[in-house]
Amino acid sequence: MPAGYRRTLIRQIGQHAHSEVVGMLPEGNWITRAPTLERKCILLAKVQDEGGHGLYLYAAAETLGVARDTLIAQLHAGEAKYSSIFNYPTVTWADVGVIGWLVDGAAIMNQIPLTRCSYGPYARAMIRICKEESFHQRQGYDLLLKMMEGSDAQRAQVQDAVDRWWWPALMMFGPHDRDSPHSGDSTRWGIKRISNDELRQKFVDATVPQARVLGVTLPDPLLRWNEASGHHEFGPIDWDEFRAVVQGHGACARERLRDRVRAWEDGAWVREAASAYAAKQAAKQAAGQAAGQSGAPVAA
Amino acid sequence: MSTTCDGAPAPPDAASAPGLAAARCAVLLGYGDTALILGQRLAEWCGHGPVLEEDVALANIALDLLGQARLLLAHAGALEGRGRDADQLAFLRLEREYLNPTLAELPNVDFGHTALRLLLFGAFHVALWSAVQHGRDPQLATIAAKSLKEARYHRNHGADWTVRLGDGTAQSHDRMQRALDALWPYCSELFTASPAEQRLAAAGAGVDPAQLRPAWEADVLPVLAESNLRVPPPTPFRASGKRGIHSEHMGHLLAELQYLQRAFPGCRW
Amino acid sequence: MDWPLWEVFIRSRNGLDHKHCGSIHAPDARLALQMARDVYTRRLEGVSIWVVRADAIVASDPDAKPEMFDPAADKIYRHPTFYKLPDDVNHM
Repeated sequence: MPAGYRRTLIRQIGQHAHSEVVGMLPEGNWITRAPTLERKCILLAKVQDEGGHGLYLYAAAETLGVARDTLIAQLHAGEAKYSSIFNYPTVTWADVGVIGWLVDGAAIMNQIPLTRCSYGPYARAMIRICKEESFHQRQGYDLLLKMMEGSDAQRAQVQDAVDRWWWPALMMFGPHDRDSPHSGDSTRWGIKRISNDELRQKFVDATVPQARVLGVTLPDPLLRWNEASGHHEFGPIDWDEFRAVVQGHGACARERLRDRVRAWEDGAWVREAASAYAAKQAAKQAAGQAAGQSGAPVAA
Repeated sequence: MSTTCDGAPAPPDAASAPGLAAARCAVLLGYGDTALILGQRLAEWCGHGPVLEEDVALANIALDLLGQARLLLAHAGALEGRGRDADQLAFLRLEREYLNPTLAELPNVDFGHTALRLLLFGAFHVALWSAVQHGRDPQLATIAAKSLKEARYHRNHGADWTVRLGDGTAQSHDRMQRALDALWPYCSELFTASPAEQRLAAAGAGVDPAQLRPAWEADVLPVLAESNLRVPPPTPFRASGKRGIHSEHMGHLLAELQYLQRAFPGCRW
Repeated sequence: MDWPLWEVFIRSRNGLDHKHCGSIHAPDARLALQMARDVYTRRLEGVSIWVVRADAIVASDPDAKPEMFDPAADKIYRHPTFYKLPDDVNHM
């Protein structure tokens, strides 16, 4: 396997895994405050899925010889990236629905082509993830639909959430193709199969009718159907904001990393204890077998 | 006089023998609230566990408990006959109306504390649901049979971790001993029958939790011994959550749990 | 963290074989089985789980593909489709 291919794969799979795990936090923020038992269960199952996805992806990276601990250490040291969409705060309950609709929607668009990527373990993880992901988008949209059928206050909250998340969702597809540093290599190696701009356009075209059904307006005065191209054209993206957020200045960037570091550090004694117990049991077993062979009494 | 779960006068056509209906309702509320509050505490771990595999495992357990809560509270609401569904009961009662034992509402201190509480409640629920599944209420018996399977898994998960942490490192042992010292005094409440439980047991229509204590001890004490943990001596302390007199933690938990329903009264989600 | 890696194999409800579905980290066998159940069977995927320590697996060398697998390629008589039978008995 060429070193460059391996490096690119590890970087991409690692980033994807970190994104899933950090992605548990913005929605996890609302689990204890979900408004009904059913919504609480749905949200908990979704966030749980994201943890599982992180797990599948770390496992895929492990097949390339890099341990999960190594990747986690890189994340915690700020040396590895994760999708900066998760550095935005979930200010209201409606944000949970909008994340499902727009953020998971965008993620699905990014992910489906990866199910055919050239590296088997990554492709297989992606197939599993995509199967589970379809419920994520649907539950978000369903949540919003219910709110839009509700009170004025509920509708206003949905519109407010859409206003805040639309542009960050578009930025999830990355810089314009001409400005993207890694795309060339990834495409050559069959890891990345469709360009940033193409995916972003697909996303906009799919989402506009969904917004219409919901009854929300997308916060882009330049968004309109172009008969000639057969696509929705949209306004310019604020790449300054994108750059600032990617460089770690997003509203929640510090908190997200702090939460993950704290969970890891708080859990160190647990992981160590489990290893210590396993070692003790293994030693007992070995002593038992040795005693059995030599006929000597087993030490208590 | 026949009353509803929280003491208000009930409509005359209550589900079964007068007086017993209110008791059945209160007992169901107690079972449902226990599952709800335990589920809420476990759900707090999602995204913050010591290892991803545990984030997934604890979420599964929380989902089991929340599922049980939905079934039990729905049954209580139907029995009460005032048109309250599971959500209205879960999200709109006041502090004194929740009937879970205090042990369930205590905040998560660390993963060991959570694992130990999981063992204590898991073992209790194995004993409880085993008895309840043979009761006269067919709907409750069905819920009990399903919950028993889940409780076995919860008990095992709690036991496995208690043993590993109790008999792991010196540090993990100390933390577990502290957890046991903190949680043990709250256990006797699990076996103290509420007035409603006494009423039903006397009528042969429900389980007296005092009967469950021997089986629970036979299950839990060997696990604690295997974990090198010392059971604290008994004290006069008695928790009172089952009587609706909760710890100060309950108010904060409910404030979080109920917030959206209170902020958007009467709205649908 | 020195929890070993375990590979997980699940046999589904209607399946006959355990299929490899992924891996987990666990400190010992008992927790490995529980975690595999929690991570890989949430959608009723399985009725039976095997967990195997990854370092216990012996795998063929991917670079030795030619000598391991090519000799089978020219023994096509092992495949049922090699044999052209009369139509009336072709369901064999």
